[in-house]
Amino acid sequence: MTNEKSAAAYWSANLRIIIICMAIWALVSIGFGIVLRPVLAMLPITIGGTDLGFWFAQQGSILTFIALIFYYTWYMNRLDRRFGVDEQ
Amino acid sequence: MDQYVLNLIVVGASFALYVGIAIWARAGSTADYYTASRGVNPVVNGAATAADWMSAASFISMAGLIAFVGYGNSSYLMGWTGGYVLLALLLAPYLRKFGRFTVPEFIGDRFYSQSARIVAVICLLVISITYVIGQMTGAGVAFSRFLEVPNTTGLVIASTVVFIYAVLGGMKGITYTQLAQYCVLITAYTIPAVFISLQLTQNPVPALGLFSTHAESGMPLLTRLDQVLTELGFHDYTGHHGTTLNMVLFTLSLMVGTAGLPHVIIRFFTVPKVADARKSAGWALVFIALLYLTAPAVGAMAKLNIITTLYPDGTSEPPIAYEDKPDWMSNWAQTGLLQFEDKNEDGRIQYYNDRSEAFAEVAAERGWEGNEIVVFNQDILVLANPEIAQLPGWVLALIAAGGLAAALSTAAGLLLAISSAISHDVLKSVLTPGISDRQELLAARVSMAFAIVLATWLGLNPPGFAAQVVALAFGLAAATLFPALMMGIFSKKMNTQGAVAGMLVGLFSTLLYIFTYLGWFFVPGTAMLDNVQENWLFGISPLSFGAVGAMLNFGSAWLVMKFTKAPPPEIQELVESIRVPRGAAAAIDH
Repeated sequence: MTNEKSAAAYWSANLRIIIICMAIWALVSIGFGIVLRPVLAMLPITIGGTDLGFWFAQQGSILTFIALIFYYTWYMNRLDRRFGVDEQ
Repeated sequence: MDQYVLNLIVVGASFALYVGIAIWARAGSTADYYTASRGVNPVVNGAATAADWMSAASFISMAGLIAFVGYGNSSYLMGWTGGYVLLALLLAPYLRKFGRFTVPEFIGDRFYSQSARIVAVICLLVISITYVIGQMTGAGVAFSRFLEVPNTTGLVIASTVVFIYAVLGGMKGITYTQLAQYCVLITAYTIPAVFISLQLTQNPVPALGLFSTHAESGMPLLTRLDQVLTELGFHDYTGHHGTTLNMVLFTLSLMVGTAGLPHVIIRFFTVPKVADARKSAGWALVFIALLYLTAPAVGAMAKLNIITTLYPDGTSEPPIAYEDKPDWMSNWAQTGLLQFEDKNEDGRIQYYNDRSEAFAEVAAERGWEGNEIVVFNQDILVLANPEIAQLPGWVLALIAAGGLAAALSTAAGLLLAISSAISHDVLKSVLTPGISDRQELLAARVSMAFAIVLATWLGLNPPGFAAQVVALAFGLAAATLFPALMMGIFSKKMNTQGAVAGMLVGLFSTLLYIFTYLGWFFVPGTAMLDNVQENWLFGISPLSFGAVGAMLNFGSAWLVMKFTKAPPPEIQELVESIRVPRGAAAAIDH
């Protein structure tokens, strides 16, 4: 870490991506899988004879979680290098 | 070959493999013993974490747990996987950077207080010991079922195997046996699942089969399942039948609880770098998803298959006669997991929902006098699968080895969390701080042996609350450790008083809420209110309270922090240092 300013900038960039990922995390599971299921059911999309919300609750959320973690990992590796805080 | 001999060979071979790995991966220092010297490849750690995480319950019971409730129990799927996002984003990389051995050690150092560390040790012990009881009883049951030995003998054999590789190898031995156990359990789970999926939907991937066409009826599989269930008076599979608030809180409790389980967290101490900790959580979830995407498919397909077997001409026609029932039903009836009773003495098996008032009229019209499958254990859906799909005997033997692998791998991870808390956080830190590394290694092994004996004893004499303990473990992990760890990383201003107050409020509020409905210390008859929805505060079930406990923890910690002294500057610097990955390698030895 070169100076305090870049430490603060690194941390706020990290917090920003965490908040974005957590919002998606909540949206696909608590949102699409449970609370927003009746809303999704109004869309003219069916999957395997049932509505999209059921699919999110049983599979879609899990697949999104995997994508989120790998995206965050990729993003943070880039961020670490940009701020010069990666491990050599 | 005789099925029993086959089971013996496959299970024996898998045990020989675990013991062989343990001898190869002996621990030589405390760093080896607690963290495998932080030299574990992140993908390997992902597989080990998956085995550590997936217990006997995940392997044997989860498909049935979902199939018997349908959509409502999707909470388990989302909750038990969503926790890994929390781990990867909020905890694992920072705890790895901190570079110590145990979870209470982080809490003690970060909150510069031995009392905080001891409170964390107490939470850890309550969580891990309640959790390990289920694993030990699970291993005993699996043994007695597949190897036809008494439950006690089964449990003692299981403990001996864990003893050998956990005491000898510590985290190093456990990591590589868990890798082997993951391979055994996922193979065992997938093979019968592929066959049942092919049989019902002609799709070899069960997760895709669940959302494709049911070959026999030509309808989507889930539509067909909804149809046959409602025709028999059950509620439909895909419908939402609980309250939304409770389902949300239950899902959140499982997510936050998963991220707060010490035996899962310590797995991320074993990778070489901070970036590896993030990556490893992703791989862990990939390996877990291979089973968790398959389980609901297995459950739904097995359920539909059983109903169409019982009603070969459709649910409005008479069901099959007792003498025509398939062999696997007769076989499993001998184990007591399935039980039939010809209530109306017509010689046919009526399976329907006899508690549905709407359906009672139809049942009376047909001369049905009650559901005739009087015991229908949910585990059947996984255990009987190889026979239902008419697979060769070695597949059943593989299921036996897989179930045992799932139970042993989780038990070993829990025992390591328990024993390292005792040797490192209680002995080395508080009682006998002067001991050398060699002495601490010995202490760790003795605590491990002690923990195994305790777990075996608890497995043999399970307190009569086996079903509730998992809820307790998740609720407490969510309400105590997760908030403390998260605030320790994300709030520079969080101090001892706030963290301790938060953990205590989380601990006692969750215990109070669970005990109110399930009995004080689960003693039957001491519950103050009946455990029914009308009595629950805002309709929140005791199982779902962990998320509320976590919020109370955050809230009270923040409040107390506002009125007490800020942490010293060196602690604020410590927090800044754990927030950046650079320098993690230097933190290996301390």
